[in-house]
Amino acid sequence: MAAVDEAGSPGATTHAAARSPAATVNGAAVSLRGVGPQTSALDWLRAQGLTAAKEGCAEGECGACAILVVRPVLDGVDGRPADQTRADRTAPPPSQWTAVNACLVPAASLVGQEVVTCEGLGSPDALHPVQRELALGGGSQCGYCTPGFVCSMAAEYYRPGSDGFDLEALSGNLCRCTGYRPIRDAALALGSPGADDVLAGRCQRPAPRRSSQRVDGPGGTYHRAAVLVEALELLAAKPGAMVVAGGTDWGVEVNLRGARREVLIGIDAVPELRTLDVGVDTVKVGAGLTLSEIEGALGDRVPLLAQLMPQFASRLIRNSATLGGNLATASPIGDAAPVLLALDATIVLASLHGERVVPLAEFFTGYRESVLRAGELIRSVLIPLPLAGVAGFHKITKRRFDDISSVAIATAITLSDGMVTRARIGLGGVAPTPVRALATEAALEGRPWDRDTVEAAAAVLRGEGSPLDDHRATAAYRTAMLGTSLLRLHADHPTDRQRPTVEMSP
Amino acid sequence: MSALSQRPDDAAVGLTVPHESAALHVTGAALYTDDLVGRFRDVLHAHPVQAPHAHARISRLDPTPALHVPGVVRILTAADVPGLNDSGVLGDQPLFPAEVMHHGQAVCWVLGETLEAARRGAEAIAASGVDYDPLPSVITVREAMAAGSFQGADRHVQRGDVETALHDAAQVFTGETEFAGQEHFYLETHASLAVVDESGQVFVQSSTQHPSETQGIVAHVLGVPDHAVTVQCLRMGGGFGGKEMQPHGFAAVAALGATLTGRPVRVRLTRAQDVTMTGKRHGFHAAWRVGFDAEGHFTALEATLTSDGGWSLDLSEPVLVRALCHVDNAYFIPNVSVRGRIALTHKTSQTAFRGFGGPQGMLVIEDIIGRCAPQLGLEPHELRRRNFYTAGQTTPYGQEVRHPDRLVRAWDTIAESAELDTRRAEIATFNASHATAKRALAVTPVKFGISFNFTPLNQAGALVHVYKDGSVLINHGGTEMGQGLHTKMIQVAATALGVPLHRVRLAPTRTDKVPNTSATAASSGADLNGGAVKDACEQIRARLDAVDDGAGLAWEDLVAKAYLARVQLWAAGFYRTEGLGWDAATMHGHPFKYFAYGVAAAEVEVDGFTGAYRTRRVDIVHDVGDSLSPVVDVGQIEGAFVQGAGWLTLEDLRWDEGDGPDRGRVTTQAASTYKLPSLSEMPEVFNVTLLPDAHEDGAVYGSKAVGEPPLMLAFSVREALRQAAAAFGPPGVSIDLASPATPEAVYWAIELARSAVPATPVPYAAGPAPRDGSPAAGDVEPVSAPPWQVQT
Repeated sequence: MAAVDEAGSPGATTHAAARSPAATVNGAAVSLRGVGPQTSALDWLRAQGLTAAKEGCAEGECGACAILVVRPVLDGVDGRPADQTRADRTAPPPSQWTAVNACLVPAASLVGQEVVTCEGLGSPDALHPVQRELALGGGSQCGYCTPGFVCSMAAEYYRPGSDGFDLEALSGNLCRCTGYRPIRDAALALGSPGADDVLAGRCQRPAPRRSSQRVDGPGGTYHRAAVLVEALELLAAKPGAMVVAGGTDWGVEVNLRGARREVLIGIDAVPELRTLDVGVDTVKVGAGLTLSEIEGALGDRVPLLAQLMPQFASRLIRNSATLGGNLATASPIGDAAPVLLALDATIVLASLHGERVVPLAEFFTGYRESVLRAGELIRSVLIPLPLAGVAGFHKITKRRFDDISSVAIATAITLSDGMVTRARIGLGGVAPTPVRALATEAALEGRPWDRDTVEAAAAVLRGEGSPLDDHRATAAYRTAMLGTSLLRLHADHPTDRQRPTVEMSP
Repeated sequence: MSALSQRPDDAAVGLTVPHESAALHVTGAALYTDDLVGRFRDVLHAHPVQAPHAHARISRLDPTPALHVPGVVRILTAADVPGLNDSGVLGDQPLFPAEVMHHGQAVCWVLGETLEAARRGAEAIAASGVDYDPLPSVITVREAMAAGSFQGADRHVQRGDVETALHDAAQVFTGETEFAGQEHFYLETHASLAVVDESGQVFVQSSTQHPSETQGIVAHVLGVPDHAVTVQCLRMGGGFGGKEMQPHGFAAVAALGATLTGRPVRVRLTRAQDVTMTGKRHGFHAAWRVGFDAEGHFTALEATLTSDGGWSLDLSEPVLVRALCHVDNAYFIPNVSVRGRIALTHKTSQTAFRGFGGPQGMLVIEDIIGRCAPQLGLEPHELRRRNFYTAGQTTPYGQEVRHPDRLVRAWDTIAESAELDTRRAEIATFNASHATAKRALAVTPVKFGISFNFTPLNQAGALVHVYKDGSVLINHGGTEMGQGLHTKMIQVAATALGVPLHRVRLAPTRTDKVPNTSATAASSGADLNGGAVKDACEQIRARLDAVDDGAGLAWEDLVAKAYLARVQLWAAGFYRTEGLGWDAATMHGHPFKYFAYGVAAAEVEVDGFTGAYRTRRVDIVHDVGDSLSPVVDVGQIEGAFVQGAGWLTLEDLRWDEGDGPDRGRVTTQAASTYKLPSLSEMPEVFNVTLLPDAHEDGAVYGSKAVGEPPLMLAFSVREALRQAAAAFGPPGVSIDLASPATPEAVYWAIELARSAVPATPVPYAAGPAPRDGSPAAGDVEPVSAPPWQVQT
């Protein structure tokens, strides 16, 4: 392996001026001086001569720009539930290599961070194990997507607690040439890092502290807030600022829609937004946790969320995107909203004036509009317990994974002696906002959970919302999918076999 | 065995070697055109001003607003063109148009110190520098047919007497088939970088499959001879036909900018620009009548194919010719009358895409078989097998079908290795016990003609140097887009010279090394360039053998001795495919050197609630002759199959067909809206085998072309989806399945099956059904009795 500690990576500027904002790239300090808030990490890296990362789509769909960053491993956020960490298991390392789409990362937000690109993993004369498997197995044809695959594979190769290669690690990388078989085989042929592996060793030290930082450049400023009050103060002072956690929306706005914001406020490191508490009557999810972190920490304990996560974009996106960000954009087709509506979630909004709690069902006010006021941030999402016993998330798409839904239906049914005592149905893609299917809920509650009830309710559900024709689906298909969703849920859960998961321990 | 195909012992061809650039790919060291930008100083960045109309006259174009934007250096318009304002070769593709012909067409280009400056300059022009007079537009192929909006020459393939044969047929079916195009979505968008050298010569680095044509078009735009322009292609991040004709205009913009400013100029499209500005696979409409005899053999096919050509001809004519030459696929049809025409629509100019019309032609006949089989009372695979070509038969355009036995061998191999009988029984059991999910297994063949239909293109050149130290440098006219051509050429050179692979290096494709090349297209790259490389190497080898004179010197010693003896150690090679003949006017002859064969069996499972599906297993046996490079060939087969399945099932190219202000706009212009197959679309079990004992006499080292033919193996997936949807209804019902067969399309097919009235299949033993004359085409009948229903 090429030593990542070596200075002098191709084209990298290695002057590490003491107070100049900089990131560590492939072991060398690279200045971020003069990097504006609209410059992506991808463009910045390529300007340094590090051209392995490619632009294929500039919206986080293709993964050709994937790079690795060191991120902290949170307690219980390493793929096993916190309350199941056993004494006989060694503690997870404090940090891990995480693959992200460089096109969706503001370059300035890398200040103080450690990055490894495909070039930093190995060289033609000294291939990294991931690179070797891909090269020898015919895993590259045109080679354009390959560095991105290498980075996604390397992150999985180094994943703490890995018990075999999880192919979902490659769900955010597109290849137009190979048909994927050799890439899959290369991934599955990978072993584990050796004891002397430099990058594995790096994970034994904490991730770089994401401190309060400011980077000025042409077109504006990036501020990273270290604590919540700092973020709120910045937000109050800069009303036009864009709040950036994972950057997955920022990147699309800047790269595809030409948005130019003078001020970015980075909240990715705010500790108050990065907590996860499983209480007796509530699961409280910090709005700034990435979806991958939530997925890893919660496991199967909220089944609807567990069903949602693998269908929520791709691993590359989930490594950056946050639950708060997905709700704050108030998209009618955001996948989190229907699920959280079915879970009867409330959200906590924070500002310098204090906090308020809003039922999610009252949060969305119009197309991409919400009750979020200037100066407010989503702090956390509260999911009440106990959970309903029958639950299903049905996302209707063209592609099975990593696609935007034409319709999304999340349903949670509480049964008592075969009767529906409570029904919650969240819908995406059928109205300008995510909505509850109130009429259908009423058609279910107080009735037996049987085929007759379900068919009658399905007929009601077909009439909910006002689906449109577009490039994703016809209105007729969307309507049909509303109708079949309940039938499908009933076919999967004809009786209340799943006991409500009330015995969750804090 | 011919000298060309004969393979020596210890040949380097046939070895299992990785892609020659694999180590560069996986480390990011492989450079693509736009990776070079940082290596030049003072590069200007180009950004287009794109028209917001499908069809409009440009009534005013004033670049001034852009000149007020800081960092904008120059605006390129038609007035700047010193030569010919055309980005094509047929005179119908103005580089800077006076009349907008499709939504998103570039009307001018802005050069800036940064891409951001150029983008802002383009925004300024779009906002206040350009006015349009909108004109009526034609968007869909049906609109074009209704309006009589066509372009180019109509074509007609004819054999026998279709009317009599249809009259005498046991059963006649009629119907229409319409299917969409496909976006190439090479991961690397179009890119060009032009510099002017010290002598005023223009050097253009371009992501192009056709450097010679790029050179010619840059030269005619600049008004200079071809020798004043050099085009180099390092490698492409995918091409698939999308960089055969489309790069020229972008290269010309870069070259024009460089000559006018004296600075390097970079053009690199964003994904949205690439999708909205460049051509795609042609969608087609087909109306057909088909007749079968009492045993289920085709007796006649009459069809009219209308391709959606977009705003200019581009490669639409040769694409149409290939479509007409592949309507038969693997089936002998004695009486044929198939007409083809090209619609002019206000869309991107549709162009080459892997298969080049072959997939479109074949889709028609496979759709016909899939729809007719239930009503003939035959299993689709039985209907297919029954109609295979046999030895001595000829295609409708008059070419003898050699080696049809190979198709049978592949078919029988699959039946055994994939345990098709056993699995069909298992599927029947599964379907009987599952109300909400159905499985199906379909087997489809491919017969694909290899050679450019247009005979003169079947030539290639190569330049091979042996240096004094015994190292070898080869250069040929083909380009590398991931298909492994360079890998194969290194193997060919090593074989022909008799040296180890590591002695051979391959230099990037350049027009000043090998001139007058054909596009790397038509799957012919290895056949043509392999012939040329082999020729060059054999010239050198013959001279060396004379020096050696039976002494058996080691390579390095032999080369050193030859140099001292003043023997020429380099050679230019040339190859032209022998034995071709084609009359384009009558659409008759033997345009193809040979046919490539393949068979695929695909099993799918369909969800009855949503129409969503999974491809559970795919088995392929494909004929690549004696493989030049097995890893490369298997990779081409797998990749082509998945790309074909993408076209047929997932990739849903949409245009705004409404009458609103966005009419004609591509609505799926991003990776988030145009979905490519991802890892989850790969067949869960995927077995690919190369057909053994498949030596091809008359092709380089006995090999066959592989780039395009396997794409059409993906028809097996589409036909399996049709059969699985049918399994939700009573037997014997013909199922119309839209293309692409998205989950929604499959859902509607399921609904069609569910609502169908059980039909009584006509038992074939019963003989011809009564007839009362020829059926009328274009009947529209209710869903329960589709228009392709048996006419009696």
